[in-house]
Amino acid sequence: MKKFLLTASAAALALAASAGYAAARDQIQIVGSSTVFPFTTAVAEKLGQSGKIKTPVVESTGTGGGMKLFCQGVGENTADFTNASRAIKDSELKTCKANGVTPVEIKVGFDGIVLANSKAGTVVDLTKEQIFKALAKNVAVDGKVVPNPYKNWSDVDASLPATKIEVLGPPPTSGTRDAFVELVMDAACQEEVKAANEKGCGEIREDGAFVEAGENDNLIVQKLEANPNAFGVFGFSFLDQNADKLQGHKVDGVEPTFENIASGDYGVSRSLYVYAKKEHVGVIPGMQEFIAEYTSEAAWGPDGYLADKGLIPLPDAERATSAENAKALKGMGS
Amino acid sequence: MTDAISSFGAVGRPVSIHTDRAAKARLKGRYRTETWFKWLGAAAVALAGLFLVLLLSTIVTQAIPALRQNYLTLPIDLSAAKVDPAKLDAANYDAIAQEALTAKFSDVTSRQDKRLLRGLISTGTGVFLRKDIAADPGMLGGTVDYAVPLDDFADLYLKGLLADVGSDEAISTSVTPSETSGDIDLTFGDDAMLTLARGHGATEGENGMLTLTSGASSLLVAFNGGMVKLTALSPGTNGTAVAKGTVIEALDSTAPAASGQAFLRVIDTPEASRKISDKMIVWLDTLKSAGLIESRFNSIFFFTGASREPELAGVWGAVVGSFLTMIVTLAIAFPIGVSAAIYLEEFAPKNRLTTIIEVNINNLAAVPSIVFGLLGLAVFLNFFGMPRSAPVVGGMVLALMTLPIIIIASRASLRAVPPSIREAALGIGASKVQTVFHHVLPLAMPGIMTGTILGMAHALGETAPLLMIGMVAFIVDIPGGFTDPATILPVQIFMWADFPEAGFQQKTSAAILILLLFLVIMNAIAVILRRRFERRW
Repeated sequence: MKKFLLTASAAALALAASAGYAAARDQIQIVGSSTVFPFTTAVAEKLGQSGKIKTPVVESTGTGGGMKLFCQGVGENTADFTNASRAIKDSELKTCKANGVTPVEIKVGFDGIVLANSKAGTVVDLTKEQIFKALAKNVAVDGKVVPNPYKNWSDVDASLPATKIEVLGPPPTSGTRDAFVELVMDAACQEEVKAANEKGCGEIREDGAFVEAGENDNLIVQKLEANPNAFGVFGFSFLDQNADKLQGHKVDGVEPTFENIASGDYGVSRSLYVYAKKEHVGVIPGMQEFIAEYTSEAAWGPDGYLADKGLIPLPDAERATSAENAKALKGMGS
Repeated sequence: MTDAISSFGAVGRPVSIHTDRAAKARLKGRYRTETWFKWLGAAAVALAGLFLVLLLSTIVTQAIPALRQNYLTLPIDLSAAKVDPAKLDAANYDAIAQEALTAKFSDVTSRQDKRLLRGLISTGTGVFLRKDIAADPGMLGGTVDYAVPLDDFADLYLKGLLADVGSDEAISTSVTPSETSGDIDLTFGDDAMLTLARGHGATEGENGMLTLTSGASSLLVAFNGGMVKLTALSPGTNGTAVAKGTVIEALDSTAPAASGQAFLRVIDTPEASRKISDKMIVWLDTLKSAGLIESRFNSIFFFTGASREPELAGVWGAVVGSFLTMIVTLAIAFPIGVSAAIYLEEFAPKNRLTTIIEVNINNLAAVPSIVFGLLGLAVFLNFFGMPRSAPVVGGMVLALMTLPIIIIASRASLRAVPPSIREAALGIGASKVQTVFHHVLPLAMPGIMTGTILGMAHALGETAPLLMIGMVAFIVDIPGGFTDPATILPVQIFMWADFPEAGFQQKTSAAILILLLFLVIMNAIAVILRRRFERRW
């Protein structure tokens, strides 16, 4: 027993020590947004299957967390790419620059945010103003800002059904929530609310009408199936994959379809990005191959495999310039 | 009180504090409470059992479809013109397999239809083919029958999970087509078809025109060796019905099919609501009735790494990752934990310092696991610069988490060894160290082992601490060592549950079953160890 204990602890120490001097990294590391994660992983897998390089490791850390890791600095222990469901912020770019990181921005496509419910429920045609009135924490009634008094959809607008307002959506930590607030709540904000409180537009009610359903969009899908009166807010790809159970609602008269989001007619859509670390090109093997694969027509084109996964492609001209800039490794702010 | 003792009851017997009426009521009350408690206890156990059965049966029923995968056998042309034996990597294996498939359906000509047809087989086909040829070059040189995995949607359809398809029903009237291919007109002998279409969500237009949009059920008519999809219907002359349709599979002739010779198939789920089109369903049914599709044990699921395609995704990468992580955890936590327990229990003086240490060990056991993840990020990754996503770091973090559990369990089982053993050993002249290692520790070992295994089982199910050190990641390659990027089973389950594709739902349940199996095995080992080696005094 004594011998066993001694050998085991020796082995443990040796193991711990050996990990300190890991060999040079030969595998791309990617961090960032969970919205872009399904697409980046598909590209990573394709590239790995081709046998040119080892399959990149993709982590889902959220846009903000990814930026933090990405901008940490240059070197083997930092990420090579980061996924983002919004453009890089000025403050993040500043941190990047201060740490010697030059990000190369690649805009990869669009993502629509949809309002959907179960097929068993009713179809409604909403405007952004109606959504704001139904979900904002404070709304203006007769010129006065009051806590949201609306209980039923019919209270918001007489044309809507007389069912309880019940919307399942992402929590504040989610990029989808940020985009929803920006594209719907801020866009349709009432003057009085804005005047009363600068940040009042983005505040979503907390009296039970809006339920924070967690980051897992599949969970929202399952809950909607069980409750036909509830609405859900999530990314288009989940509507696309669950078309047998869910129906999307028109916002400002436009239906959330692949074509409408791609053409920009559907108002609630955002751009998705991947940022590459210029300093790692030529140091970590496969950086250029990865960029080339992501920006190839077979991947992000209208008939590419990313479209099958639910990514909405950029218009042809924008795709061409984005691919060119990416391949030329045009760094930001340089 | 004294009154009660000296008083007499109705029958004349003396009544004491234990037998008077109030006492009898008290007794009855006590019995009632006991019965109540028993019933409540039994109900609680039954409720817990019910939930367990419910949980397990949901997981098992969901997991069962994932254990099998449908394969399509195709004659693959591997002649030298397609694959140069000297340059195996240069060949386009995906294209070769797709050619073999399109050759089966010579009437599929449009680019879009070909794309749909190619979508029936998995995108990983080329990779499998390349690997199998590399392993067995004897396949080259001619045409071989090779089974390729079907795409996830095709696979789910064949498992009956994607669309409700009715069985073929004979049409009790004649059917006359105008052409054999393209968009054609069909004339039905009576108007029964109109009623049927109304019942299946057709949109009513002018002059009794019924349109079957993609939002309605699909009505397919099979006759003359082909298949036609109805798009619109209208009443004809003399009580007949005229339909417009698109030919999915070419008809042999324009001869009228007699009553009972044509068959109607209804796909209840509207085409717009499913990820598989009518054409794909028809092709799959044709291939299936030709005996080319075979359901096999899903070896891909058990023996490959992660993938974004549900039909190619496997758990093996996560199983290996879990195994590597557990080895590191055991190698660190067991020796340190047991040594600490021995020192604290047998050698350490009992003073204020050791009391503080003891309290803190107990506190550590209750610290939320995410805190250990943060510690791992700050110390192992940022300070020591160890690699992200590596099992060695994951193992170290989980070892920190299990240490207090092992120490507490070990101390308890050391304490359970009777002092007489120690006294006897010391009495015949053994040193303190000899006493502990020759006599006390072997007797305490079964208890220590049990505690360790339960601690490891606890660690096996953790994801939160690994989030911080990058083990919650998409990793395709199967890890070959302690510093290779790896993920573990619970993380794999978490990620699959989050993917939008329907095919991952079954995979998630199947992976949960595998994790449960691991936990059951570990707990069973703990029970066996305790039963076989435990000594009672």
